[in-house]
Amino acid sequence: MSEGTGLSRRRFLGVATGITAGVGAVFTAVPFIASWQPSARARALGAPVDVDISKLEDGALMKVVWRGKPVSVLRRSSVMLERLEGETVELRDPDSEEPQQPGYCKNEFRSIKPSLLVVVSNCTHLGCVPTSRFEVAPADLGPDWVGGFFCPCHGSKFDLSGRVFAGVPAPLNLLVPPYRYLDENTLRIGEDAEAAA
Amino acid sequence: MSSVSNTNSGPLLAWIDKRFPLSKMLREHATEYYAGKNFNIWYVFGVLAMVVLIIQLVTGIFLTMNYKPSAADAFASVEYIMRDVEWGWLIRYMHSTGASAFFIVVYLHMFRAMLYGSYKNPRELLWLIGMLIYVALMAEGFFGYLLPWGQMSYWGAQVIISLFGALPVIGDPLVEWIRGDYNISDITLNRFFALHVIAVPLALVMLVVMHILALHETGSNNPDGIEIKENKGPDGIPVDGVAFHPYYTAKDLVAIIVFLILFSGVVFFAPEMGGYFLEHANFEPANFLKTPVHIAPVWYFTPFYAILRAVPSKLGGVILMGSAILVLFLLPWIDRSKVKSIRYRGWGYKGALAVFAVSFVALGILGTLPAEGVYTLLARIFSFLYFAFFVYLYIYTGSEKGKPVPARLTYHG
Repeated sequence: MSEGTGLSRRRFLGVATGITAGVGAVFTAVPFIASWQPSARARALGAPVDVDISKLEDGALMKVVWRGKPVSVLRRSSVMLERLEGETVELRDPDSEEPQQPGYCKNEFRSIKPSLLVVVSNCTHLGCVPTSRFEVAPADLGPDWVGGFFCPCHGSKFDLSGRVFAGVPAPLNLLVPPYRYLDENTLRIGEDAEAAA
Repeated sequence: MSSVSNTNSGPLLAWIDKRFPLSKMLREHATEYYAGKNFNIWYVFGVLAMVVLIIQLVTGIFLTMNYKPSAADAFASVEYIMRDVEWGWLIRYMHSTGASAFFIVVYLHMFRAMLYGSYKNPRELLWLIGMLIYVALMAEGFFGYLLPWGQMSYWGAQVIISLFGALPVIGDPLVEWIRGDYNISDITLNRFFALHVIAVPLALVMLVVMHILALHETGSNNPDGIEIKENKGPDGIPVDGVAFHPYYTAKDLVAIIVFLILFSGVVFFAPEMGGYFLEHANFEPANFLKTPVHIAPVWYFTPFYAILRAVPSKLGGVILMGSAILVLFLLPWIDRSKVKSIRYRGWGYKGALAVFAVSFVALGILGTLPAEGVYTLLARIFSFLYFAFFVYLYIYTGSEKGKPVPARLTYHG
């Protein structure tokens, strides 16, 4: 065996071993990285929840927990809907162009039925829970305020459809979760309306 | 002095030395490791950081003996440690105070490097390893803060984890992957516990060993910023150097005692430090349906938190906050001046460093305050100054005029 060929053979074997070990290491990493995904139990606990809305009065808000997130269900009164239509403040995404709602809620009131708003009450800035401020023009929120949600953490403002105001830290409208009506008085949150069809 | 031999060592040491390089290591890293003879008080914070690391490791191990990393039990088990475990309150207060003490000494240690150019050639890698230690330390602090499962634990983690959601495309799946759930839950707490007590401390200890090895390879810098190795006596020892042991071990011991007195003062008389070391909201158990009125991270993250909030766009804020940390890694290449020590650098550097230090502290204060009105404006001004420092430094050090650097160490200042 000549010395020259021995060296290149050694280099080849070294590189080949290294590549094989590298590929092995990548595949070995898969189970460890994947183990951080939500487990089967976590996914099961994230199942849809059913909500009885028969006792929800006009202008009233109820909160339900879905996937550990507070989901607000607000029955908007006709006065509230009128105020929404007459809103004058500048919104960041007035027509809900960003995918912050299922397709069937990409409409004027961001809901299946205009009166009933369903949104995840986590501010799209950093996840705080916005407070409900349904009064008109309170001292701290200014004369343009016609009711909506106000995040106490960093001052983000949302209207009664969960649409974010321009010039606040939150970048997006409040998230509308997938939901559908099981019947007139029951909502199922976490399951798409299309799924029923 | 060069021939500190072990001829007078006992038979046990001789037996060990034949099998393990004990005496050799002590010589290389202590009795024959030479450091500049003019170290001032700025040079004690590295040793103090190691003291705090040991405090954290020991108290942490004992806390895990009674702490339960589950959403159902965590808050109660911390209360149990505080009330029912013998001396548990002391061990926990040492650990919680140690966390803040760690950042205090590390920030001062880093500022020392900026004062005397300790990150410059040939110590760039030493600085980079140090920066990795700093980042690991922030990760350790962040993971550890979730463990008591109080309101601020929960909502602080909520805010920080959701930062990753700002990344385009991968953001949302990444956040879900970090949490292991659709919200911060028992699963998240359990994995943060694993990271806090095993993964990050292991990395920290290894990085600290690398930091010291790199330091002892290049040799310590000094307040004059000159290389003592370039001026050696006939015995091969730097004429301006003194052996680390016994000279600096004795000096450091004084600093350690003073530090421990102050540390004990906080542990015994002000462990909450007015809500800065232990935040008031954290005395309530985590409630995922109710956000505390005002979320502020622990004080050592607030400078970066203030930068995050200063930007009116979420992704922009995250990018700027990340940059604020990343830019520090590049400091050895941003600062092009050949002169290391601030003693011989121009007023342009002294002034800029002062502005930078003030900006950092100001951002730290603003990060604890609500983001409204004039505070937001101030946060923007100081964020600008923070970054302007690095831009200015790169331009200014292209043609810095300083004072002549002496050949030998001095004792002034």
